[in-house]
Amino acid sequence: MEIIMSILAGILFATGVYNLLQKQILRIVIGTGLISHGAHLFILTMGKLKTGAPPILEYGVKSYTDPLPQALILTSIVISFGVTSLLLVLAYRTAKANGTDNMEELRGTENE
Amino acid sequence: MSNLAVLPVVIPFLAGILATFFHKRITIVRVFSQIATIISLGVSLWITYYVSQYGTVVLEMGAWQAPYGIVFVADMLAISLVVAINVVATACVFYAPVSLTEEKERFFFYTFYFLLLTGVAGAFLTGDLFNLFVFFEVLLIASYGLIVLGNERVQLRESLKYVLLNLFSSMLFVTAIAFIYSVVGTVNMAQIAERVQVVEQHGILTTIAVLLFFVFATKAAIFPLYYWLPKSYAVPNPVVSALFGALLTKVGIYSILRAFTLIFVHDPEITHQLFLWLAALTMLLGAIGALSTHNVKLIVTYNIIPAVGFMLLGIGLLSETGVAGSVYYLIHDIIIKAALFLIIGAIVALMGTSNLKQMGGFIHHYPFLGWSFFIATLVLAGIPPFSGFIGKLLLIQGGVEQGEFALVIIALFSSLLILLSLMRIFIRGIWGEKDEEMAVNKPLARKFATPVAFLLIFSILLGIGAEWFYPHVELIANELLDPNVYINSILKE
Repeated sequence: MEIIMSILAGILFATGVYNLLQKQILRIVIGTGLISHGAHLFILTMGKLKTGAPPILEYGVKSYTDPLPQALILTSIVISFGVTSLLLVLAYRTAKANGTDNMEELRGTENE
Repeated sequence: MSNLAVLPVVIPFLAGILATFFHKRITIVRVFSQIATIISLGVSLWITYYVSQYGTVVLEMGAWQAPYGIVFVADMLAISLVVAINVVATACVFYAPVSLTEEKERFFFYTFYFLLLTGVAGAFLTGDLFNLFVFFEVLLIASYGLIVLGNERVQLRESLKYVLLNLFSSMLFVTAIAFIYSVVGTVNMAQIAERVQVVEQHGILTTIAVLLFFVFATKAAIFPLYYWLPKSYAVPNPVVSALFGALLTKVGIYSILRAFTLIFVHDPEITHQLFLWLAALTMLLGAIGALSTHNVKLIVTYNIIPAVGFMLLGIGLLSETGVAGSVYYLIHDIIIKAALFLIIGAIVALMGTSNLKQMGGFIHHYPFLGWSFFIATLVLAGIPPFSGFIGKLLLIQGGVEQGEFALVIIALFSSLLILLSLMRIFIRGIWGEKDEEMAVNKPLARKFATPVAFLLIFSILLGIGAEWFYPHVELIANELLDPNVYINSILKE
């Protein structure tokens, strides 16, 4: 199961990076979203996936799910959600103010 | 008394929340922010005194014992940096009403400013890798707000790149934390260090170390990851540039300093050798960048980069003198970079242009600001007896002790280039012919001058009082080079 999850995270990273390298702003934003999902999956996988056990540690219980990655992933999801929404607004305003959503044309000139 | 460790984070956080409530009454919010910042400075000075008397303060949140709960650690290094950022913050909060328009202040400048302080202080004080990430995000989100404040076309364009780059490196940070967690099974920095000591540092840990270095290097603007910095720091308001230049890159450097003196110290042939050469390239290329442009704002922003190189040099040397030099340079640079940005902001505002070719004769109308720019230049380039000299002397001494003569020569050469780049502003823009027709606004200049003078006094004190400061820096370096000091102060039985 961990192997499959790792491959899935890898695919998310690869497609995310591919989208980051595009010129259109919206695609870049989608790329960052995909990369953050990949990172979140990674955290979940790193705590070892176990099926059918609660995240509770008691004496004598051998099989339990590690609760820490779930706490980390929750924080991380909230942050990436907030930043992505900010990024969408920023991308919209930038495209409106500059009249283009092509990164090549957003390079700017010397002495501004 | 362990609750002390959280105060530098809580005070600005509460102040930031309170500042949102009456954001339309500008006079109230100004006075309130100034008072809150001064309180924060006073409290951090008091904690420094406490830490120097009674040793490291460790706060275990909710009384959960150290490896299980979240910890805040106020050791000498962290708390000294907190004092330095509060000094800068005090100067900036008095500079802000002069330099910002009322509309910008009304759009929650002070809230973002306090949240930025919260994030930076938290990043210095936390003893937990994941919380370091969270505080990085707190300060970055505040900085996203500050960088677009004003809503100009250039700002929108450059801030988009800034946000994208930082988001990408934050995601890599999360990935690196996931890897570390899977290898050592903890996110508490002291416990990571302890376990890395036990299992020895294998190839996988070195790989994680390099990934983590990549993340911090992006935030700290180390070669080759500094390309985003100059433009995005030059577009916002001068007071925002000063805060960014003084605080943000230093958080990256602090994280490198912490991680690579505490956790990844068992295989220095790979990582620390890499640091030395990256430091050399950072110093050279940053200084060359500063010489490449005629925009005074860009010249000053480019000067952030070689300073980061100097600090990385000391970390790479990993000797007592080298690390002491890094710490000294870090504290010195926080203060002088802010002062330099504030002076340049005042010059641009008073001259009405940031193009060096159109300037001239500034010093005849505003002698104080002109001469303070001259002093700041000398401090930054490292002319004795100012503070830059002491830091550079320690770094170069450390380099000579380790026999890295090539690096020492590069460091000295890039200091010369820094001096040249700033002297160019002084000779062509500030000295020169007196322009009789220039509109002179003395009262405005006087308002600009007060915060600048405040920072310069601190900077000069740091240089002249080196004999008094050096024992503390040496103490910090000794603590840093022995990871067991940090580990034992947190994981005590």
